[in-house]
Amino acid sequence: MFRRLPEADGPAVSFTLNGRPATGVDGDSVAAALLAMGERVCRTTAVSGAARGPFCLMGVCFECLVTIDRIGNRQACLVRLRAGMQVETGKGKREAGP
Amino acid sequence: MRTLPDVAALAPAYDVAVVGAGPAGMAAAIAAAAHGLSVLVADEAPAPGGQIYRAVTTTRVRRRSLLGADYWRGAPLAAAFAAAPVDTLPEASVWHLDDACVLGVSAQGASRLVTARHVILATGALERPFPVRGWTEPGVMTVGAAQILLKSSGLVATGRVVLAGTGPLLWLLASQYLASGAPPALILDTTPRANWRLAAPHLPAFLCSPYALKGLRLMARVRRRVPVISDVTGLGIDRDGAAQLVTYRHGDGRSGAAAADIVLLHQGVVPNVNLAGAAGCALEWNDTQACWQPQTDAWGMTSVAHIALAGDGAGILGAEAAAVRGKLAGLAAACALGAITPQTRDRLAARPRAALRRCGRGRAFLDALYRPAGSMRVAPPDAIACRCEEVTGADIRAAVRDLHVTGPNQMKAFLRCGMGPCQGRMCALTVAETIAEARGVSPAEVGTMRLRSPVKPLTLGELASLPRSEADTKAVLRG
Ligand code: FES
Repeated sequence: MFRRLPEADGPAVSFTLNGRPATGVDGDSVAAALLAMGERVCRTTAVSGAARGPFCLMGVCFECLVTIDRIGNRQACLVRLRAGMQVETGKGKREAGP
Repeated sequence: MRTLPDVAALAPAYDVAVVGAGPAGMAAAIAAAAHGLSVLVADEAPAPGGQIYRAVTTTRVRRRSLLGADYWRGAPLAAAFAAAPVDTLPEASVWHLDDACVLGVSAQGASRLVTARHVILATGALERPFPVRGWTEPGVMTVGAAQILLKSSGLVATGRVVLAGTGPLLWLLASQYLASGAPPALILDTTPRANWRLAAPHLPAFLCSPYALKGLRLMARVRRRVPVISDVTGLGIDRDGAAQLVTYRHGDGRSGAAAADIVLLHQGVVPNVNLAGAAGCALEWNDTQACWQPQTDAWGMTSVAHIALAGDGAGILGAEAAAVRGKLAGLAAACALGAITPQTRDRLAARPRAALRRCGRGRAFLDALYRPAGSMRVAPPDAIACRCEEVTGADIRAAVRDLHVTGPNQMKAFLRCGMGPCQGRMCALTVAETIAEARGVSPAEVGTMRLRSPVKPLTLGELASLPRSEADTKAVLRG
């Protein structure tokens, strides 16, 4: 669904997505890395559980909310991908803590 | 430019704080710093450029023909910015601004309050919401989003890519995709046919503008390679397996459908007013561009003392004009803080003002031609208007009809539209225009959502870790 132009390839950055190993390219935002992998869903909504994915890529729509390194509701399009990041897609309403 | 790693590295106070490092923000910072003022520039992106010159210092897509000459115009400005004596805080969001020029800044998970003597908001534009059925489906994005992916990561959409909407950016992306070897499958042009008649009186001025030849050539290039359907209305998107089915009506009323792997929507751009609004700057309805914009004077000064706006955030004029308006705002800041006299300010402003007049030529034509149809600015009954709270066009109309809701603030209380994480950025215009249509009045009459800080969500932990005085604590503790 997205392909990278040959000249845009760069050093690989390893991270995990929902616990599985994944790779992006240095300079990617987390959202760009997910889209480049063919992962178009970032979360399901709290209201109806519908699947949503990045829409604006510029920090406006908040559709790209994911959990990064255990901090929830981060805008994947504004966070630069860094090696070793643990990214988790979001699921519906958040449960209250223990 | 000195790049700060985190909020701890911020000075407690600056002469001038600039929010946004696009063309307006960079030019404003350069101009203010040139007169000896201490300047902070906070920006959400990792590198300066804003959206239009996104990643101009870092992109690996360096074939000049691909992103185009207009994009690379940002390079000298970014170079001048890098050489200017200013502090920049990248990957930062400004979630608070008040009339005392106190800014709440968050970066890397920590927040800090910073005081400025003068603030220049260069928060730019965002894409106008384009509420159609199915626009929330994964795989449906904005044209601007696709362009950001291209500039910052060299990513192009593959498979059947359908572009739908109106405005110069749509054509620009189509030509960039052509140059990338990934021509879109189809363009569904929603520019209303009637707009050509309304724009015609402005055509002579447009033809003398720098945009005319470039724009016409670009459109001709795209039309040679990409099928274009004009005068499209009644757009809707439905999921079809892993793909989408885009349905629409031709100008003559026939219906059409196209399968798409990626749908890219665009309906022009509008000022990003959230921070200015939350700071108390008065907003006004711009009927030509069908959007809200902060009231500003010729120097970009708003209704709040020492808060100025520069660039498209003060009304859409484009990137070239944004840099000029940034420079003017920087000069005005230097004068307001006593670094230069009004005479010097006016002398230094003469050439930028002439440049601004040049940039403005042809704008009336573009505004008239690309003014989105009313039907594209309201949410149809089956379309989501507020993406965060999943409120549909039908919900809003029912609230107007049955509950006699008159404006967006009251609508929040009934439907929560505008109260999700995006804080109305994606729905404020749609909600106002849909209420206005249902009531048969103008959006100016129904008004817009009241904006408040924090304008970006932040964790309670971050908020709680801000320094507070004894008086602050007393204000919230009882007994
Ligand atoms: S994709 Fe819109 S905020 Fe990230």
